[in-house]
Amino acid sequence: MEASTAPTTAVAPPRAKRGGRARRILGQAVSTWRGKVGLGLTLAVVAVAFLGPLVGGSPLELMGAPFSPPGGEAGLLGGDALGRSVLARTLHGGWRILLVAAAATILAIAVGAIAGVVSAYRGGKTDSFIMRSVDVLLGIPQLVFVLMLLSVIGSKTWLVIFAVGISQAPQVARVLRAAAQNVSERDYVKAVAAWGVPPRVVIRRHVMPSLLSPLMVESALRLSFSIILVSGISFLGLGAHPPNPDWGVMINENRVGIAANPWGVLAPAILLAALAVGTNMFSDAIARSSLASGRAGDPSLELFVTSSTDPNDPQPLQEVPE
Amino acid sequence: MSAANGAGARPAVEVRDLCVSMIGSGVPIVSGVSFDVAERETLGLVGESGSGKSTVAVALLGFARPGLEITGGSVRIGEVEVLDLKDEALREARGELVSYVPQDPAAGLNPAHRIGTQLREAFQVHEKLGKNELRGRIEELLKAVNLPTDKQFLRCYPHQLSGGQQQRVVIAIAFACRPRLIVLDEPTTGLDVTTQRYILETINDMAANFGASAVYVSHDLPAVAEVAARTAVMYAGRIVEVATTEQLFSQPRHPYSAGLLNAAPSAHQANRLVGIEGRPPRPGHWPQGCSYAPRCPHARADCRQAVPPLAPTESGSLVRCLHPMAVSDGGVLRLVPSPKPEVKGGEALEIERLVADYGGRQILHEVGFAVKEGECTAVVGESGSGKTTLARCLVGLHTRWDGEIRLDGESLRQGARERSREQLRRMQYIFQNPFGSLNPTMTVAENIEEPLRHFESLSRNERRAKALEVLGTVHLGEDFADVLPGRISGGERQRVAVGRALVVNPEVLVCDEITSALDVSVQALLVEQLRDLQMQRGLTMVFITHNLAVVRSIAQNVIVLQTGTIVEAGSVEGVLSAPKHPYTRQLLEDLPTLDPAEQATAGGAK
Repeated sequence: MEASTAPTTAVAPPRAKRGGRARRILGQAVSTWRGKVGLGLTLAVVAVAFLGPLVGGSPLELMGAPFSPPGGEAGLLGGDALGRSVLARTLHGGWRILLVAAAATILAIAVGAIAGVVSAYRGGKTDSFIMRSVDVLLGIPQLVFVLMLLSVIGSKTWLVIFAVGISQAPQVARVLRAAAQNVSERDYVKAVAAWGVPPRVVIRRHVMPSLLSPLMVESALRLSFSIILVSGISFLGLGAHPPNPDWGVMINENRVGIAANPWGVLAPAILLAALAVGTNMFSDAIARSSLASGRAGDPSLELFVTSSTDPNDPQPLQEVPE
Repeated sequence: MSAANGAGARPAVEVRDLCVSMIGSGVPIVSGVSFDVAERETLGLVGESGSGKSTVAVALLGFARPGLEITGGSVRIGEVEVLDLKDEALREARGELVSYVPQDPAAGLNPAHRIGTQLREAFQVHEKLGKNELRGRIEELLKAVNLPTDKQFLRCYPHQLSGGQQQRVVIAIAFACRPRLIVLDEPTTGLDVTTQRYILETINDMAANFGASAVYVSHDLPAVAEVAARTAVMYAGRIVEVATTEQLFSQPRHPYSAGLLNAAPSAHQANRLVGIEGRPPRPGHWPQGCSYAPRCPHARADCRQAVPPLAPTESGSLVRCLHPMAVSDGGVLRLVPSPKPEVKGGEALEIERLVADYGGRQILHEVGFAVKEGECTAVVGESGSGKTTLARCLVGLHTRWDGEIRLDGESLRQGARERSREQLRRMQYIFQNPFGSLNPTMTVAENIEEPLRHFESLSRNERRAKALEVLGTVHLGEDFADVLPGRISGGERQRVAVGRALVVNPEVLVCDEITSALDVSVQALLVEQLRDLQMQRGLTMVFITHNLAVVRSIAQNVIVLQTGTIVEAGSVEGVLSAPKHPYTRQLLEDLPTLDPAEQATAGGAK
């Protein structure tokens, strides 16, 4: 190397932290009021649903007269349509909805993301085929689709998960396809393609990891929709079977006695609403913080931002001649 | 140029101690910038990315980008103190007193309105004119910038015009209200050399005809040399040298100015380019004393004590350096001719009758050339000439082509997936934009290891060892291994991209405009590094560029591409010294050059 100036490395930029990106986005989301309230509500309901069965009494035992008032023989929140404790049933009735909704969300994200990303990366006929199928599914109202499946095959837990998951996959596919189209056009994906690497490897190693932010936002958003849908199905009597406690079932059973003991409807309704609002707010917070970190130089979203990733450092954008 | 010393009449524009800082932290971005611009004078403001030149440019309009504020100093234009103006008055001043031409002409025009509407608007914001008078003024203006004045043109939308025409419309709008000062912020950066030439001439004519002062902000030294009578060089938020352009480019006094000149390639001499190692300090991390001291080859102990003042020299220029370079040092500049690699016999890459189309339009017409082993062939052309399509055909990213591409005598299939692993390994591609070509979610080392995963079966440790070795080859060092690409500068990223290509020991390197996104000092480092590698490893290179000056420094052969057809091919020496095709001649003539002697040579080629 007879180059005149001795080429040395003067600067040692900060090392990358493993798994830092997801944590940073989540951390930033939690630091906003929206994220705090959202996560707080969600965690509170999750705690009730999963710790409740440990502390609540029997959800099936008949304690007193139907719709007996709160504080009476049926416990703090009174009795339900058959005289069972509303409190005990509320504490027992959430975990199933949460698990089913979570499983359905995972299914929706997995199917939707793969469909969307493959569609975007392969393009051409594959893209047309997948996206037209998505359009068809989007054309069927979600609830109608789910009810149709359940009424034909019968109400089974796996079918609820499947139906709710598949009915949401098209939305996920649409969002992820748009994001993946952007990433697929990036040079680093093309660079890998120029080595003759098979598409599925390119998608797995290079496209998917760049879609972290939209995946996180979609997951939280789909979870909140799944909760509403799953409890709706229970309400309509196609989910959990009586006499098992379930928030959706409870609202349906107890609505005739809403005047006598409103808590039979109110308790599960408040919890469901809090959960839906909480997850929704949290997904909103994630969306905002991933956008903000993108502006401040999140590597997955930045294009021409220079070395600085300090959000307080408005170093000018790199000039790109040509 | 009385303005330089402050003697004679008051200058038209006077900037004193301009300071711009970040809101909140108070970290300075621009510190103590002072200069004058005389009436009808164009001042060049030169600096590399992050030097604060654009911040100064917008501060002249009393504006600071979001997150920044002007914290002190004065900007006087005529009798008006711009920094004292408030809302309404400031808004009125823009256009009438001072106007601005942005880098991207599309940003200066509203895509939803016709050109005519936008021109009329430019006049009517400030004064009410009669219909006929208005038409007259617009016609006069369009003639001045050499655009058609007919109705049909006025009814065009911005997207119907070329980039050069758009930029001329923006310039016309900027001059519409005859402002005292025009601020041009890299107005030619996105344009071809030929268009750039028009724009530079237009700016010169307009400044002279309309009696305006101009500040021309650019990182492009030759372009500044074309338009500016005096030039100020900025580094890390401060002006480090102000001199007449002639003086600056023949006898720079500040080591940074000299460094910039040494880094700039020339189309007329094959010089070894000397880049500036290291990188400029980031805001908030300015070193004590002279900001340039850490990178300066002439720095002494006292340079690190305090910021040197911008002091006058005996040659009449102002220099912020305790030990300015002697006038005689100017002569030592750019003398080392670039070494020539050994060319072995065989042909590494042969291209015959290559025809390619894109979206139903034919891009390449029967292109054919051959590159000998160990040789570098430059492919030159303006945007739209098909040079990137050519590169993508070579590496199999563009699959819709016909003809013959042979690598070491083996005929290649169209797409990368149809080629053998060995063929793919032998030819590697480096992308234009280092900000997009590295996976942002992987560290530098992981990015370099990526091709190894595909081409070789190595253990994790072997891969890592190879990645570290290659980081040494591209002069980055192991410190960079575990850093995300988002954290390093463009030049550093491009070196990582080079390393990623080299790690599989290719024989042919296809470089697609790899220096066009980089500053000159960084470009110089990269070009020299590539040449060293070419010599050491006997690499064959296809170097695609729009910059004829770089060609001279790196390539042995050159191919000139115009709208998909080769119009001239031959040795660099032959083609650049005695171009035969009018298009090549035009390209060479339009290329702005630094020193008057070269300009004369370029003129002689006519």
